[in-house]
Amino acid sequence: MASLRDIKGRITSTKKTKQITKAMEMVSASKLNRAEQNAKKFVPYSEKIQEVVASIAQGGGDASHPMLEARDVKKTGYLVITSDRGLAGAFNSSILRKVYQQIRSKHTSADEYTLITIGRIGRDFFRKRNMPVDMDITGISDQPDFSDIKDIASDTVQLYTDERIDQLYIYYNHYVSAITQEVTEKKILPLTDLNKEGKASQSSYEYEPNQEEILEVLLPQYAESLIYGALLDSKASEHAARMTAMKSATDNADDLIGDLTLSYNRARQAAITQEITEIVGGAAALE
Amino acid sequence: MSTLTVSVVTPDGPVLEDAFEMVSCKAESGELGILPGHIPMVAPLTISAVRLKGEGKSDRIAVSGGFLEVRPDKVTILAQSAEKPADIDIDRARMAKERAERRLQDKQADIDFQRAEMALKRALNRLNVYENNF
Repeated sequence: MASLRDIKGRITSTKKTKQITKAMEMVSASKLNRAEQNAKKFVPYSEKIQEVVASIAQGGGDASHPMLEARDVKKTGYLVITSDRGLAGAFNSSILRKVYQQIRSKHTSADEYTLITIGRIGRDFFRKRNMPVDMDITGISDQPDFSDIKDIASDTVQLYTDERIDQLYIYYNHYVSAITQEVTEKKILPLTDLNKEGKASQSSYEYEPNQEEILEVLLPQYAESLIYGALLDSKASEHAARMTAMKSATDNADDLIGDLTLSYNRARQAAITQEITEIVGGAAALE
Repeated sequence: MSTLTVSVVTPDGPVLEDAFEMVSCKAESGELGILPGHIPMVAPLTISAVRLKGEGKSDRIAVSGGFLEVRPDKVTILAQSAEKPADIDIDRARMAKERAERRLQDKQADIDFQRAEMALKRALNRLNVYENNF
């Protein structure tokens, strides 16, 4: 049986860990709040841009753009959004597992795909497995601005425009609620299923100077906005996942402290009983 | 006088929503002036200032790219960034201008001229809007 001092030491250290996890839980809770607000602020922009894109795609019969047309797939791009830091439960592992399985089942050689990672955990995961990481960005703040992500988003879209990749998938954790996050796979490029998404506005537009040039500006911006939207969604999920993970860590620490306190008291009682027995035994021997 | 509702929206949230009598901006095909009752239209914008005139008030906004959607009673500007003069970080814009100029002058082949040029344009646009000279 562990000595009294050992148990006491474990209780103190568990209490300290609990303080930390409790603090992290509260920090994540407030960050989650902010991330939710950010995601909300982005909604008007994404709705509007989707509306305009859909109305152009539906309205104009002759409008064509490389981004709207599917071509033979020689190389696939995967944009994977993870976090920079761990301690967020299954947040990173579930997404990485999904991407890894997808790649393993779809591709036989490393020439057929490339990875673009946002977040350190994802980058390290794929690098360690010798998988091609074309671009990566780390150190995105918890409240990302569009400018933080602009470069990698436009570079990714550029990869498609330059025909270095022929389709682009994005993987991220979709924020459902504070306790549920869903690994989501979304095809971003080519934009073939535009007509199904969103409602087009009733009015038909006049295009200045013409549809092609509008699409030239609009579609990359639309694709970038989808990436940014996914990032905001993923940030909210990250904080939610971390909050939940830290909450269960705090609960576990509570249980552990309870168990340890019980065995501490038991050991203390046993020690006292033993002492009394010794004294009584000693006194009996003297008589 | 009739007015149109102008809303400026960026990925980081709405910047402005108010009623104005006239919007003038610079599209890729040239200057555009929009009054209430305009036919529905979509046009890409350049890195430029959007000027808004209303009853006894006027406003200007620095936009970097994006596009403009016009309906008879409503104008929506969707831009990747848009700032009112009061929101412009003037020191950052000055620094960005100097950095971009330095890069353009360095005749090294390994820098992205197009990117530097865009950065310079954005910085100059912000400075102009801030100092109100057109």
